[in-house]
Amino acid sequence: MSNGRFGIHGGQYIPETLMNAVIELEQAYDRYKDDPEFNRELTELLNEYAGRPSRLYYARRMTEDLGGAKVYLKREDLNHTGAHKINNVLGQVLLARRMGKTRVIAETGAGQHGVATATAAALMGMECVVYMGREDTIRQALNVYRMRLLGAEVRPVDSGTGTLKDAVSETFREWTNRIDDTHYVLGSVMGPHPFPTIVRDFQAVISREIKQQMLEKEGRLPDAVLACVGGGSNAIGAFYHFIEDESVRLIGCEAAGRGIDSWETAATIATGKLGIFHGMKSYFCQDEYGQIAPVYSISAGLDYPGIGPEHAWLHDTGRAEYVPVTDEEAVRAFEYLSRTEGIIPAIESAHAVAHAMKLVPTMGRDQIVVINISGRGDKDCAAIARYRGEDIHD
Amino acid sequence: MTKIADAFQNGKAFIPFITCGDPDLETTAKLVRAAAENGADLIELGIPFSDPTAEGPVIQEANERALRAGTTTDKVFALVRDLRRDVTIPMVFMTYANVVFSYGTDRFLKKCVDAGIQGLILPDIPFEEKDEFDPACKAHGLELVSLIAPTSEDRIGRIAREAEGFVYCVSSLGVTGVRSEITTDIAAMVRLVKQEKDIPCAVGFGISTPEQAKAMAAQAGGVIVGSAIMKLVAQHGREAVPYVAEYVKSMKDAIRE
Repeated sequence: MSNGRFGIHGGQYIPETLMNAVIELEQAYDRYKDDPEFNRELTELLNEYAGRPSRLYYARRMTEDLGGAKVYLKREDLNHTGAHKINNVLGQVLLARRMGKTRVIAETGAGQHGVATATAAALMGMECVVYMGREDTIRQALNVYRMRLLGAEVRPVDSGTGTLKDAVSETFREWTNRIDDTHYVLGSVMGPHPFPTIVRDFQAVISREIKQQMLEKEGRLPDAVLACVGGGSNAIGAFYHFIEDESVRLIGCEAAGRGIDSWETAATIATGKLGIFHGMKSYFCQDEYGQIAPVYSISAGLDYPGIGPEHAWLHDTGRAEYVPVTDEEAVRAFEYLSRTEGIIPAIESAHAVAHAMKLVPTMGRDQIVVINISGRGDKDCAAIARYRGEDIHD
Repeated sequence: MTKIADAFQNGKAFIPFITCGDPDLETTAKLVRAAAENGADLIELGIPFSDPTAEGPVIQEANERALRAGTTTDKVFALVRDLRRDVTIPMVFMTYANVVFSYGTDRFLKKCVDAGIQGLILPDIPFEEKDEFDPACKAHGLELVSLIAPTSEDRIGRIAREAEGFVYCVSSLGVTGVRSEITTDIAAMVRLVKQEKDIPCAVGFGISTPEQAKAMAAQAGGVIVGSAIMKLVAQHGREAVPYVAEYVKSMKDAIRE
């Protein structure tokens, strides 16, 4: 029977050609996830190479300015390659090597996961091909160059809307074409089982650290944890070890684009419905006939028409809340955090900052909020300048 | 009553795949009738999907054109009802899970029966997930076709035991599309199926020439051709009917025993 369920969500809705590949992956993961040698190697890479643990920073000026709960920022932007993506990539690439794979392929939206994969491939001496929607190669030209610099081949994807969903489809197509020596390093908590579980486990280091750091600094748990959600990997990483702590509100911030009442949105929980796509049952933005919607967000990393199955389940059970944040709100938060704290967040992470700017003033001064700053915003500067009507070159 | 098994009563079966609505549904109707008149034994009708992850560029583009032309699931049901006034060979839908699921599986299957469809091929539903649709298909008297691939190996027996209609043997790794050669040992795959169940096997993915069709048909009960046909449609648009008719005839002739 069907594997990898989160309530009714998840599963393995993929072509027969890939079934033995995901079964092989699941077996390898089961074998190594608790293997001391595997974990020693992974921890060493995370600490010595990626720079973990990442800081939990008390944002004093933001706290004073917003005049409500105390604000802490989980600084995933300080990781090597500039985002949380490296946590998952190092785990998967180590696993792939133990499976005897010599080549990795990946999809990327904003380019952060592609850069992380290209980085790990360079480190391990593996061949790397990254699929990226044509539209995104333009929006995130700097990251395309970084991937090439790291020795990866970037293949622009022209099909469909030329964005993240098409890059995912194309990477799956390539995987069916070449399985023997190739591992698909999926970048989010989505796709067929076992990916949502593997990626979540590798990202769970974020909430493990937040919990420990918060107990050290404040001697208590936070009242709310906020993270942006596209597929949902940084969010599940930031939520996971708090799921059992009912007092901690878990808030996922979706990209509403130009608004959830417009067609130009990527807010899946707010506007999607139950469906089956990209290997999983979950919520998807789609039309009445099940055609996947051409979603939109200023953020290439959140510009995806679905959400990971564990988030869909956390939504169903009410354990986590999902809120839409528009382009305009995210851009204002991008600018706000830059000026207030001297931290330029990724435009993705700025969605979580934007919701915090609404939430924090409504909370008491004795309360604590953690915002996961999933990545840094250098890559977004040219696009935000364009949004503000200023033309600078990447 | 028409059944999928009928397709394999007339020597080796030739099974064309046609994306509905490319370039428009009137042309699709003509293409299906032309294929049936020229030796097709079963027709696979593709209901277009926005993100067909098992397809190569030719059928991806056919899907895009069909959707741009306004094709919907309801219009495809209307097409089939019209075709059933005179087309008697079995017809199955080939589409993606979300097209069926989002329509409401029971509602979709009931419309299939009313329109005169015999079965369903869903390339993103492997054995592990078939409970999503198979019990409902059985309840409506429709057959959910199982696929096996060159990577299936130890899975073939399990899949074959519960297979219905025919077993779709995926000839090669990768997605649909024309290939210059097919290296998989199809005969070995078919043997593994037959050890478990006496059910016809049809080979698809990559077949385009009469020579390839003949070689594949020698090892299986039939051949499925999609991309080569949709390439003709892409090339000739509304004028594609005689080209497809001639192509279907040449392929059926090539596999006649």
